[in-house]
Amino acid sequence: MATRFDATTRDEARAALHREQPVIGERVIEWLIRLSGVSAIALVILIFGFLMREGIPALKDVPLAALLGSRWYPITGLYGLAPLIFGSLLVTLLAILIAVPIGLTTAIYLGEMAPPLLRHILKPMVEILAGIPSIVLGFLGWVALAPLVQRAGAPTGLTAFTGGLILAYMALPTIISIAEDAIDAVPRAYRDGALALGATDWQTTYRVVLPAARSGLVTAVMLGIGRAIGETMAVLMVTGNAANIQLDRNMFFAPVRTMTATIAAEMGEVSQGSPHYHVLFAVAIVLFIITFAINSIAARIIGATSRQRSGE
Amino acid sequence: MRTPRNSPALLFLFLFLLPAILGVLSILACARRPDATGAAAGGDAAIENKGSDTIVNLALAWAEAYRAVRPQVSIAVTGGGTGTGIAALMNGTVDIANASRRMKEDEIAAARAQGVDPVEHTIAIDALAVIVNLENPVGELTIGQLSDIFTGRISNWHEVGGRDAPIILVSRETNSGTHVYFLDEVVRRGEKEAVDIFAPGTLLMPSSVGITSEVRRNPNAIGYDGLGYVTAEEKMIAVAAEAGRPHVMPSVATAADGTYPLSRALYMYTAGEPQGEIAAYLAWIMGPAGQTIVRKLGFVPLGAGGAASGPS
Repeated sequence: MATRFDATTRDEARAALHREQPVIGERVIEWLIRLSGVSAIALVILIFGFLMREGIPALKDVPLAALLGSRWYPITGLYGLAPLIFGSLLVTLLAILIAVPIGLTTAIYLGEMAPPLLRHILKPMVEILAGIPSIVLGFLGWVALAPLVQRAGAPTGLTAFTGGLILAYMALPTIISIAEDAIDAVPRAYRDGALALGATDWQTTYRVVLPAARSGLVTAVMLGIGRAIGETMAVLMVTGNAANIQLDRNMFFAPVRTMTATIAAEMGEVSQGSPHYHVLFAVAIVLFIITFAINSIAARIIGATSRQRSGE
Repeated sequence: MRTPRNSPALLFLFLFLLPAILGVLSILACARRPDATGAAAGGDAAIENKGSDTIVNLALAWAEAYRAVRPQVSIAVTGGGTGTGIAALMNGTVDIANASRRMKEDEIAAARAQGVDPVEHTIAIDALAVIVNLENPVGELTIGQLSDIFTGRISNWHEVGGRDAPIILVSRETNSGTHVYFLDEVVRRGEKEAVDIFAPGTLLMPSSVGITSEVRRNPNAIGYDGLGYVTAEEKMIAVAAEAGRPHVMPSVATAADGTYPLSRALYMYTAGEPQGEIAAYLAWIMGPAGQTIVRKLGFVPLGAGGAASGPS
């Protein structure tokens, strides 16, 4: 009974393969797939076009020199973007300084050293971390972290450092899981070869596995940075939002105002078409360009390493 | 084509088209809803109410109490700031905008340009309290000293009789009516031609709670908030209009009789003269039932003293 049934289905499948294909149906599918592929590019172009259309008029309302100024106070027409760019870069830099070493070492531990059981527990937990909504982390930072920072001696708990810590926490799961995947993808033969040549475990990891996984590690770090610089709500809650450029040894422990927080806090107030409205879009353009630059650099590095490796 | 059941094209069409159709339908449904409910004069009606965070608790209390008066009218209240409410009124997405300041001339012009004629209704009086940490020995300041403090000309508490510690300035975001009122009446001392603005290091908080919580936990902070939001865990400052005049503590009584210098009227704006249910609601708010709630929430009822109309 069973074998006969198998035989008939197999025959039917064979017949279906040989049958003339419904040409129209195939074309429709091809077009739908093509449409999905192109729509991603089209969306990016549309978004950029929209940003440009709404942001470029800012240059007409506000002279370029004023846009480069160091005071941001839209009520009186002061639209200096410098403190906002400074704020975003400072918070992101802090987040990278904290998250990259911790993230990469965690990934190395998970990929190379952790016993299998521990690895099977830790990996899913890291992925759960990635699912925590940013507003929850922001609230946590505001309620729990900020008072600690203040008690440690900062003039207020709402500082660039607090924001950097929260952002680092947010970027960590991204960095860990992508970096760990990259380490995991290094062929077993590489490790075996290194060990067979007499290398220690650490030498194998440091001299063979990490260089081989380099492009994946760079991707991990870049995506982590992207997550940090684009984050809004958590930063709005914990950085104090003072549009101030403070350049001294306490700069990390002073409040800053990021570009994302500025757009989020002020977008609701502006009337469409006003100078303030256009300048906020100009801020968005700057943010877009910075993110674009980071992604391009990442693509460059990845491209360079893979070419290098294929040339070897 | 003889056996259409086997054609994956149909499945594909189904997978792609069905979500698309559902999406379009839901968008249409959403777009039609305001027409269906907004125009209702008798019977069931919905009133959208949005704007000042200073007024939001009061507006919520009114909306709740009004449900007992007219159960068939549902009132949706949201905050976001005066500017946000006014922008929403201009865009026609709310029926009543809550404002903790008068609409600016350019806002009125912008509204008229969009075909909305804003009508002002005074609904309560608010006193703005300047607050510091409970541990702070400073208890009274003049408007001139406050101006010097918030512009950064005075940056240490010992200059106004306190400890030798830096002053941490805390303010609302610029989309808050309270921010604009404080800028005009305190930072610029009520002088029309003054161009003083907040010191760049001022922390800008997205909410009233942000200000009170920072003042509560930071011994060097100074901020301001509506009288209705101040609790026993913050210390209020007695304010004198100028040096030599008496320092007055903010309270319902001193705001009503006009001796406290920082009191102002709160407003609701409608698009054109209110009709039907909206007019009935506004009349109830300004009547004895509505004004009892005003007093209960720590604001000053209309007609309680000399300061019943217009900002101080």
